[in-house]
Amino acid sequence: MASLVFFYFAAALVLGGAITVVMTRNIIYAAFGLLTSLMGIAALFLLTFAEFLALVQVLIYGGAVVIVIIFALMLTRLDDFRQLSDHKGWPLGAAAALALFGLMIAAIVRTPVNTGPREGVSFTVMGESLFQDWAVPFEIASLVLLIALIGAVVMVRRSDPDDGANDDGGPN
Amino acid sequence: MIELTHFQVLGAALFAIGLYGVLARRSAVLILMSIELMLSAVNINLIGYAAFVDFTEAQRSLGQVLIIFVITIAAAELALAIAIILRLYRNRSTVNADEINLMKF
Repeated sequence: MASLVFFYFAAALVLGGAITVVMTRNIIYAAFGLLTSLMGIAALFLLTFAEFLALVQVLIYGGAVVIVIIFALMLTRLDDFRQLSDHKGWPLGAAAALALFGLMIAAIVRTPVNTGPREGVSFTVMGESLFQDWAVPFEIASLVLLIALIGAVVMVRRSDPDDGANDDGGPN
Repeated sequence: MIELTHFQVLGAALFAIGLYGVLARRSAVLILMSIELMLSAVNINLIGYAAFVDFTEAQRSLGQVLIIFVITIAAAELALAIAIILRLYRNRSTVNADEINLMKF
């Protein structure tokens, strides 16, 4: 019973934050709504005994992703921070989202799944699975991350010499 | 008592909200945030299955491993998307997705 209360609390955090992200007019509120939503998901990880994932969620999303997004907000277009307007076709978007939600609910209701009691996965089993069975995908994922970060640095660097006249950064 | 269905419905709702954000928002950064919400909806579904499905522990650990991969790919995608947005802002002085129509047919 207590776990059900905890679940509804976490679900309210997740959905409330998500609705803030897609509804608010103030873009900084949207960033904090995203943070709330992601921390609610960390609470859900705790609820399913995935402590490691909860830690990773707080560190990566709370510590890195939201900070990077706030940086991106600060570096782009300060003047219309408080006057966000939505796309003209937003009712169509809402209809598409509702239709997809209905479709997914229908699929959930009709698909039988053999469920057991709520159980966690021990650290040892997860570590063995990650570093033995999935060692090669793990290394590829780290390579993907490295390439993406190098690509991001290359992309935002000033490479055009004409463009460097008002460059206040270091050497290219 | 929590069931798998709770997690599935929550994941579906979060995914639908994220889809609405992608379709209705105009700021590229807000679209990116909505995509992060959709990726997190997938994580909710995976953790629900990892905790409730009637498999052995080694098989259920696959759900958690997949979540680690999803978080990794989300981080890579976020770094690249922020780089593209900053580059776009420097070149076109806007991050409004309606005004970015250079490649529109």
